[in-house]
Amino acid sequence: MRKSLVYLIPFLWLLALFFVPFLIVFKISLSDIALARPPYMPQLDLSEGLAGIRAFLSELDFENFVFLTTDSLYWKAYLSSLRIALIATFLTLLVGYPIAYGMARAPHHWRPTLLMLVILPFWTSFLIRVYAWMGILGQEGYLNQVLLWTGLISEPLSILNTNTAVYIGVVYTYLPFMILPIYAALERLDISLIEAAEDLGCSRTSAFWLVTFPLSRPGVTAGCFLVFIPTIGEFVIPSLLGGSKTLMIGKVLWEEFFSNRDWPVASAVAVVLLLILIVPIIFFQKNQQRQAEADA
Amino acid sequence: MHPARFTFSTRLTFLKGTDLAETKDHQAVFAPWEDPNEAPLIRFRGVTKKFGTFTAIHDVSLDIYRKEFFALLGPSGCGKTTLMRLLAGFETPTEGQIELDGHDIAPVPPNQRAVNMMFQSYALFPHLSVWENIAFGLKREGMAKDKIGDRVTEMLRLTRLEQFGRRKPHQISGGQRQRVALARSLAKAPKLLLLDEPLGALDKKLREETQFELMDIQEKTGTTFVIVTHDQEEAMTVASRVAVMDAGVLKQVATPSQIYENPNSVYVAGFIGDVTILQGRARKDGERYLVDWAEGQPPLVTHSGVEIGPGETCHYAIRPEKVEIHKDRPDDDNVLHGKVIDIGYLGNISTYHVELANGQIIRAQSFNTERSTRQAFTWEDEVWVNWTDRCGILLAG
Ligand SMILES: Nc1ncnc2c1ncn2[C@@H]1O[C@H](COP(=O)(O)OP(=O)(O)O)[C@@H](O)[C@H]1O
Ligand SMILES: [Mg+2]
Repeated sequence: MRKSLVYLIPFLWLLALFFVPFLIVFKISLSDIALARPPYMPQLDLSEGLAGIRAFLSELDFENFVFLTTDSLYWKAYLSSLRIALIATFLTLLVGYPIAYGMARAPHHWRPTLLMLVILPFWTSFLIRVYAWMGILGQEGYLNQVLLWTGLISEPLSILNTNTAVYIGVVYTYLPFMILPIYAALERLDISLIEAAEDLGCSRTSAFWLVTFPLSRPGVTAGCFLVFIPTIGEFVIPSLLGGSKTLMIGKVLWEEFFSNRDWPVASAVAVVLLLILIVPIIFFQKNQQRQAEADA
Repeated sequence: MHPARFTFSTRLTFLKGTDLAETKDHQAVFAPWEDPNEAPLIRFRGVTKKFGTFTAIHDVSLDIYRKEFFALLGPSGCGKTTLMRLLAGFETPTEGQIELDGHDIAPVPPNQRAVNMMFQSYALFPHLSVWENIAFGLKREGMAKDKIGDRVTEMLRLTRLEQFGRRKPHQISGGQRQRVALARSLAKAPKLLLLDEPLGALDKKLREETQFELMDIQEKTGTTFVIVTHDQEEAMTVASRVAVMDAGVLKQVATPSQIYENPNSVYVAGFIGDVTILQGRARKDGERYLVDWAEGQPPLVTHSGVEIGPGETCHYAIRPEKVEIHKDRPDDDNVLHGKVIDIGYLGNISTYHVELANGQIIRAQSFNTERSTRQAFTWEDEVWVNWTDRCGILLAG
């Protein structure tokens, strides 16, 4: 009896903090915009009893979802978000894998320190760190100053307010999420497997591609999902570092809510975003499950 | 005249049957280390390996010959694995050199040595099937696809794994995994196969079976095997020669029977088998030595291969199975009187701990050839123990 109560806790958590808010958002996405407070209708009036509920339900429709398909802005934003998230995830992998590899091969007594250093940036506010990148990447930013000073370039580079800046921001922000699972996979890897591969005729490089990399794949997959999923809906990084041409669904969502005050459409955008995210989330779950089974 | 497949039981009947003489002959003939014209496959020349200031291998010189089944025996941490890793190429000697087939192997990286290693942990690739594990080394050689298939099938048959080719390493038992590791390291037909405690993870029965399987495979493939073990019985069972190591030093390199019957030091005598070691002073008496070892006890008499100066201290080792136990005083050499204080009953043999008047305990073993629940001797019995003048081992120092 006690035990089942313990199991209930995560479900209650999910119910209160995910499912109920989702239902509210979903309900708003089925409503119509109104000049009121809150800015949508219908409102549920329980004082009229069953008839009130019926009247309320009859006014809900999928208009807003249909609207999303009529304006190309939305699907373009979704596609662009997916593309940016994919590229950013790949770049994060390129940067993160060697770091994780280096950490896993470092002497034992160094590893806790290295792990600490990877997590250290979380100690300052994410917002401040992204602002700091504005100072670095700007037209008169530190990066341009250094490059101009060394004579590598004669004209300042315009990085800030481009997609490049968004990639830099995403790679920087989400790097620990990539490094940690890959590091965990590599650290568990028995070094004698590499020696066995070399013993059987592999060079260092082929031993890496035939043994090390395949065995770190669960870590790579986990890391990629942990970066990809939040990046799709990312809002802060594209709006601070990206330019007017950077199209991401998080930004669209924000504009619908706060600039247009069109809560129903914004909610519809959010619901579709969630549906899109469910696919990779299910894959991620499958990956974790397989990993757990392989370990058992 | 070898049976096609040579399992533990067939091997036993084989040994018990009429072929026994032939086996013995065969063993007597195979002694390349006694042939001055035979060039060794491996030659260690004054090899020392240091990790920082710690010396793991100290000045080892050793020759290993083709087709030998060579065992490295020693306690944990004495440097056995390090010696293997030097051969495989994962470590380089701090001093000295190692030759394979007459060539210094120092400049040859591990992936180009004609040496394969079966790792202590097996080191099977968990993401590859049994078949792919065995084919791994062949693919790296660039062998043709159909040839790889043939070779893997042959290896699977040799190690009796035909049905398990498609399984992943985690889907088979410990004993099967060990055979996959063996098949994988044999597949490339190396000149030299290194086995690092290959049977350590197996239970006793499976281990004994596998030992005979290993010997059989070694005979069939003609590969030179170097096996690391800390199990002396295993070393004695499988090896043509045994090297006993202690703290990075080779104490003795000889055939199993030489090691057992003629150990060259107290360490080796004590490490291999059960033994009682007494300390005393030796003096020559004609052909034989007399060893005065305790007040009030008669001197022990023995023939000896080693020379010991008059009055020098020495050790005298005697193995329990050489000691006979009697109710009445026998008329022979080396007769001592004492009292049974402990009996170890093992079914086939019993070990008696006999305490002498001076407190020294001598162990005597006798075979329980008759089926009886009553022991010939029991606790507190007054008994005589004795052994012949060829049974004791005299050790200098
Ligand atoms: N890479 C290494 N660095 C430092 N010491 C080592 C290393 N490898 C082995 N040793 C030390 O060398 C000694 C011999 O080790 P090893 O050859 O593995 O022994 P064995 O296989 O006989 O148990 C041990 O004391 C071990 O701690
Ligand atoms: Mg070892």
